[in-house]
Amino acid sequence: MGLFSKRKTVFVDADILVIGGGMAGCGATYESRYWGRDKKIVVVEKANIERSGAVAQGLYAINCYMGMQWDENQPEDHVRYARNDLMGLVREDLGYDIARHVDSTVHKFEEWGLPIMKDPETGRYLREGKWQIMIHGESYKPIVAEAARKAATEIYNRIMVTHLLMDKTKANRVAGAVGFNVRTGDFYVFRAKAVIVAAGGASHIFKPRAVGEGMGRTWYAPWSSASAYALPILVGAKMTQMENRIVLTRFKDGYGPVGAYFLHLKTYTENAYGNNYEPTWYENTKELVGDYIDRQPVPTCLRNHAFLEEVKAGRGPIRMVTKEAFQDPHKEQVGWENFLGMTIGQAVVWASQNIDPKEINPELTTSEPYVMGSHATCSGAWASGPEDYAPDEYQWGYNRMMTVEGLFGAGDTIGGTAHKFSSGSFTEGRIAAKAAVNYVNDLGNDQPQVRESEYENLKQVVFQPLETYDVGRNEIVAGTVSPSYLLPIHGLQRLEKIMDEYVGGISAHYTTNEPMLTRGLELLDMLKEDLAYLGAEDLHQLQRSWELQHRVLASECVTHHTMFRKETRWPGYYYRADHPKLDDTDWHCFTLSQYDRESGKWTMDTAPVYHIVD
Amino acid sequence: MPTFVYMTRCDGCGHCVDICPSDIMHIDKTYRRAYNIEPNMCWECYSCVKACPQNAIDCRGYADFAPMGHSVRTLREEEKGTISWKIKFRDGREKNFESPIRTTPWGSIKSAEDYAAPSQEAMKSQELAHEPNALNIDKLPALVPDQLKLGVV
Repeated sequence: MGLFSKRKTVFVDADILVIGGGMAGCGATYESRYWGRDKKIVVVEKANIERSGAVAQGLYAINCYMGMQWDENQPEDHVRYARNDLMGLVREDLGYDIARHVDSTVHKFEEWGLPIMKDPETGRYLREGKWQIMIHGESYKPIVAEAARKAATEIYNRIMVTHLLMDKTKANRVAGAVGFNVRTGDFYVFRAKAVIVAAGGASHIFKPRAVGEGMGRTWYAPWSSASAYALPILVGAKMTQMENRIVLTRFKDGYGPVGAYFLHLKTYTENAYGNNYEPTWYENTKELVGDYIDRQPVPTCLRNHAFLEEVKAGRGPIRMVTKEAFQDPHKEQVGWENFLGMTIGQAVVWASQNIDPKEINPELTTSEPYVMGSHATCSGAWASGPEDYAPDEYQWGYNRMMTVEGLFGAGDTIGGTAHKFSSGSFTEGRIAAKAAVNYVNDLGNDQPQVRESEYENLKQVVFQPLETYDVGRNEIVAGTVSPSYLLPIHGLQRLEKIMDEYVGGISAHYTTNEPMLTRGLELLDMLKEDLAYLGAEDLHQLQRSWELQHRVLASECVTHHTMFRKETRWPGYYYRADHPKLDDTDWHCFTLSQYDRESGKWTMDTAPVYHIVD
Repeated sequence: MPTFVYMTRCDGCGHCVDICPSDIMHIDKTYRRAYNIEPNMCWECYSCVKACPQNAIDCRGYADFAPMGHSVRTLREEEKGTISWKIKFRDGREKNFESPIRTTPWGSIKSAEDYAAPSQEAMKSQELAHEPNALNIDKLPALVPDQLKLGVV
């Protein structure tokens, strides 16, 4: 292995290692420094924290703000809202915890310089909806990154973390992480007392609607490569609600958001013939989910369901009626700036197709499914709850610690906490960080140790695709077809096709059943075997290789969860055709999974749902 | 819309390479200028466009759904604290917008370590940094343990 013996290994020691410098990671970094003045806090990010994560492009609203100072909402109200939207199943202890802290986060953002719009009459933050406030957020991420940079001891940009490291002195305890520098090709070994996974959720595990040049214009960022899940899964952390993928109703092709349009601009949807189609599907939906359809606001998945049924009935396209609202110049400005601040591509689509919403009601569509933990869905790791009130079954250690000791998470990583969005993810990072500082303080001299054999072995594994490519490339004249290796794009497209066709993607109308899932798992197994033959031409393709590895493992987890839950809990997100109805008798529970990396087997389980009852 | 780089404007400074969240802006080895190596992994986030000191980067809408002839240009001025946009439709119509991006000077955020160190008591409380003051209410809300119960609601 002459190729690897020359490759440099860089060792970095940390008290707290933050993996991923997006909103959750920046929150974790800030708070780690506040509580851990003497701690060495290290952030590792595969891009550049100035513009990384889902908020890289900016945001036009903060979707999670209570407004407790004006008695607008209390944390309990947000818990009820998220519970209702997710059809009864959220970790209410964790959700309450975010809601009670999130206002202090948002007030800090304003102090730091984030322009938050104000209601000219009341002087309060301008509400877009009950939970949303409007911002000029083009520089949301650079502002938050500035706070994180000042808090961190060291920030390592352009390092892709591939695996976590486990402690050699104590079973089930984390000891660090490994990765590689995408620019230099150096191997990095991070030795840490506590690790906070704040990486991204999963785009590009289901085939997107655009598969040509536009495949990158997914709703969630294409760089959200499921590291949030793969890193903890690989070391045996329990995951929850991974079947709870999300489908977004968005403006067609650009996936421009509709929140401000519905809530602030008061635009509304209609079918191709100018009719409000949602009442048409009321009885149908009630048949599937009972009185969940009568709850207000109508759960996101059920509104999707009506949309999908209407399109299947042949009365598409569904359009957003903008022509009325856009006659008001202020509303027109908000409508456009909303995109320019967070989904520029939608403005491009409209400009390219001569769609001026003042004159044309634009089309909507439903996206491919995504797996993430911070929007109107809650896939992620099973985490310990807040010490002051979480039920015993939700509490086994420090707040936001996963089922692996010393391994914390925030943002997309943590399951059960829907509707945290950007501000809630930052807040969850803060919560996890304070707990991690306490954990490190309590460790004393009992510090985790990395195993040399483990990281040396991983060094071979991590760089293998470069060698596979080098060797295999000599076999062929030119081009992308080799009998000896697969390129990352080949593997990605196979993954997306499997998930699309067998696990409930767009081409299957979001529908699956046990035989389909069984076949999907067989094909995923073969894909997993083929990942040993990934070939990477350069370090950029090596990054793509590891992003694919993370996506495949997360997809396998999603498929097992989808198989396990024998009901259709969220019609409009996905359908189990063999169990087409919501079933509160048997499935009013969380699903849990645990992966054993030695055997490659998954163990499934359930956990109870505790509600605020009053 | 994937980005592309104008040959005559790019001086190869690498700001776009440094900022791209998708790692797709690279320097061409022959021309020593930047280009988009993987347009189908471009989110059109404009991070590179905004970062380019030469205004050398532009976008052309994704070929699979955006007809040609449009443009969405931007100028982000950190000192002024604004971002300006010019949208040109395929049929030539134009729209212009300008928004604030920040209300405080760049670099002015007070570091977490510049606040008084928290007490041991605070360390063990449920309060996060700057709470309860930063909540603008008297006290951090909390549930009592028996408020969480099993059942279907």
